[in-house]
This record gives sequence, C-alpha cells and structure tokens, in this order.
Amino acid sequence: MQLKEILPGLCFFKPIIFIICLLPFAFFVSGAINQQLGPNPVESMIRGFGDWAFYFILIGLTISPARKLFKLNWLIQYRRMIGLFAFFYVCIHFSSYIWFDQYFDVVKIIQDIIKRPFIAIGFISFLMLVPLALTSTNKMMRRLKKNWGRLHKLIYPVSILTLLHYFMMVKADYLVPGVLLVILSILLGYRLIQIIQK
Amino acid sequence: MSIIIKTARTHNLEQGIKPSEITSEFAYLNRRDFIKQSGILAGAAWAGGLSLPAMASDAEYGDDFKGLIKTPYGKGESLTSFSDATTYNNFYEFGTGKKDPAANAQEFVTEPWSITVEGEANKTGTFHLEDILKHAQMEERIYRFRCVEAWSMVVPWVGFSLADMLKRFEPNSKAKYVEFETLYDPKQMPGQKRRVLDWPYRDGLRMDEAMNPLCFMAVGLYGRDLPNQNGAPIRLVVPWKYGFKNIKSIVKITFTEHQPVCTWNTTAASEYGFYSNVNPDVDHPRWSQATERKLGSNFWEPKTKTQLYNGYGEQVAHLYKDMDLTKYF
Repeated sequence: MQLKEILPGLCFFKPIIFIICLLPFAFFVSGAINQQLGPNPVESMIRGFGDWAFYFILIGLTISPARKLFKLNWLIQYRRMIGLFAFFYVCIHFSSYIWFDQYFDVVKIIQDIIKRPFIAIGFISFLMLVPLALTSTNKMMRRLKKNWGRLHKLIYPVSILTLLHYFMMVKADYLVPGVLLVILSILLGYRLIQIIQK
Repeated sequence: MSIIIKTARTHNLEQGIKPSEITSEFAYLNRRDFIKQSGILAGAAWAGGLSLPAMASDAEYGDDFKGLIKTPYGKGESLTSFSDATTYNNFYEFGTGKKDPAANAQEFVTEPWSITVEGEANKTGTFHLEDILKHAQMEERIYRFRCVEAWSMVVPWVGFSLADMLKRFEPNSKAKYVEFETLYDPKQMPGQKRRVLDWPYRDGLRMDEAMNPLCFMAVGLYGRDLPNQNGAPIRLVVPWKYGFKNIKSIVKITFTEHQPVCTWNTTAASEYGFYSNVNPDVDHPRWSQATERKLGSNFWEPKTKTQLYNGYGEQVAHLYKDMDLTKYF
C-alpha cells in the first residue's frame, strides 16, 4: 500500500486539513490584533478574505477532476469541507465589509449594492452560495436525491460571478485575476469536455 | 524669542486672523535678516511661536534641508506616520501593489536629473534639476492627500511653489494648460515592462489651476529627501485633487493651448476626469467618495467625511465657479 492511500485513512488527517484551512483566517486575525496588516488594515483584511474565498472555490472545483484523473477516490471526502470553507471565507469577507467598511449602516450598504455593479455581483454570488451551504448535510443530500447534484451545479455560475467581481474591482492591472481566469477556465473547461463526450 | 509670519495668502488657512495681524510686506521680506539677527533658525522660530501640528515622532523627521521654512499650511492636522506614507504607495511604474514601489524603487537613480520644458513659453529647453532648485525657496507645507481609492493621509511636504517655477519659464498667452510627464525607463522602472497604463504617465492642469498658490513641487517629506517610492526627485502636489493628479518623477513640462492627455483619463474616461477635484458628491462608479479611510487608522476608527476640494475650497472654489462639477469631474 502506498503512502498516499494510507494517509487519508488515518483519523488525524481530516482535522489537520481543517486546521490548515483556518490558517489564512488566523493570519488576518492575528495580523489585525498585532497591527501587522499595513497602513490600511481594513482593506487588507477584506481583500484577503475575498482572495481566500475564491481560492477555496478553485480548490473545491479541483477535487472532482483530480479524483478522476489521478484515481484519488479519497479526495471526495474533503469536498464538503473545502466548499464550506469557501462559504466561510465569503461570509467573513462580506461581514468584514459590513462591519469595518460600512459600520453596519444598512442604508449605505443597500445604496452601495445598488449603485456599484461589482458589489452587486459579489452580493449575488454570496446569495447563491447560501442554499449550497444549507444543503451540505448528509440529511439534505439524501432528501434532495438527484436534485442535490443539480442544485450544487450552482457553484459553476458562482465561480464565474466571483471572478467577475474581482475583475470589476481592479483598476488597471489584470494580471492576478487573469491568472485566476486561466485556472478557472481549465477547471470549467474540463467539465464542458466531459459533457460533450457524453 | 519668536516671529510669526502671516501673509494675506495664508490668511484663509488660519481662521480667525485679523487683517491687522498679517505680517507687513517689509517685515516679511526682512524675516531672514530678523531670523539671522536673532540667531535662530526659522524652524525653531516657528516651533517657539506656534504650537506645531501633531508631529510624526522626531525619529521619523529628517534633517536634509537646512534652514527649511515652516509654513502655517496644515496647522493642527495630525500627521500620517512616515512609514505609512512611504510604504503604501500607488506608483505603477514600480508595480501595482501598494508595497511594490517601496520594494522596487530603492535602486532608482535620480541623480543627475533634468527636466525638459517645451511648448508655449519663452524659456524652453532642458534644465538640470539643481539649476531649477537653485532659485527655489524651500518650505514645508502640511497637506491633506486624498486618493481616488478613498484613502487619505496627511503629509509634511518639502518643496516650493509651482507657480514660482512656471513663471521662470515665461509661459506665453497661448499657454492655457500645462502638461507633466513622468520618466519612461523600463530598465529602472520594472512596472513599465507591462502595458498596465499607457506609458509614459502624463497629467496636467489648467494654467489658472497651476498658478494657484496651493500647487506645490515637492522634493522632500518629513524633512527628508523625497523617497524614490514617493516620486523622487521631484513631484507635483495639488492637494484639492485626487492623488493620481500629483504626478511623480517629472522629466517634462509642456505648456499647451489644448487640454493635455492624462493617463488615467485615457484609461477610463468615465472614472477619472481631467479635473478630478476631490468631491464627496460625485461618486466614482466603483466606490463612494463620501468618506475616506485615513492611513494608519485601526478597525474601530470610523472613516472620515470627505470634504469638497479636500477642504481647500476657500482657496480654489473660484476656479470652478460656473462649472457643472458632475459633468467636469
């Protein structure tokens, strides 16, 4: 038996992945407490959480192709955790905007969402993720049967909207969102090819 | 022992000064002698006569300019720390990240430096920077600085009046605008290796704006030579306009009859107008301009309300009195 097959079977493996997924969160929280987030800590934290939300979406989208291509069946047991971490980072991204950027001024937040397309699109992708998080339990999986899979295909439009949100925020330098676009295109393209082949 | 110099020009800045308190021209012109006689430096005189604005810590203040004249500009403002003002910069020539300029500009060579003057003026040509600086009367002015991205800082700039410099080139009657250009040198400025913007960076002012006494050519900050990431060796500071109008590392000045090309305006005209005056009522399409985040403020400090013309309306509002500010943003 190879190491890659033994490792995931060990009971401590899942908690370790869980803790690793929390590291970006810990980094920003400790940075905020120790004043190490630079001259504009609020911006740095909101952007950081947003970045990680998208990275987790990408990691989540990598699991199925990686599982099939490299025959790593055990990977599937991490898909829910990764997806929920994506939702977690979206939530703290959105709530740190509400808290530290808008200081809970509901009128201003609504105005911001209506007036600024990039915020509106980010907000829509957040709303689309909510049903996915709510139906992530085993119970809901069983209850929804085939519809569960259909519902969770929402992650594809969410991933596109989230990247669009990033592109629209950028002023002139599209290098980083451009690289993310290439990665996302590969991940979604893989699925498109699968559909066509069927 | 102290003297306080108050001019009509600075009158607006210090509310509550009676006309009788304004220093007479004679006293003003002789202030140097007076200071010499008193045996103290101008800076010390100011420190004695006025309570200076909340200073960045003394350790952050440099001593690169001897006999620097402190002015009443920005009195009472609390300064952004030197480290914040020099590590959070938009200077795309050195990279688009806020930390990139401080990281990538350290090897930038600013000596020798010359500025080419072209266009509608009698004295055009290429001038060595030291020849330009020879005439300049170095002073410190504390200005609020408001970036279009809704963050702001307060910086003690060292430099001289833009109008004084421009007048020496003797612009003619056709000079309606003045255009500035940043150095283009991809070998030294790694950010220029990619066409993020339409290099070289250019920006400009209407002539009457440029001649406003607030316009400042900065060659230093916090008593130190201008750090490379802040636009060394010489940059423009126009405190009532968004930061990107404050063009850095200037190598060319052109007097023109027609409105000059401005880099950000050509990149996205709907977002960055030619005037780009700070205005809380004209929102940028992607972010509100109503408030601003002061650099160095923590999570619990509310954002500051942005003021029309960044609070310099008394000095500059007349320049735009019949203009629709939502159209000419």
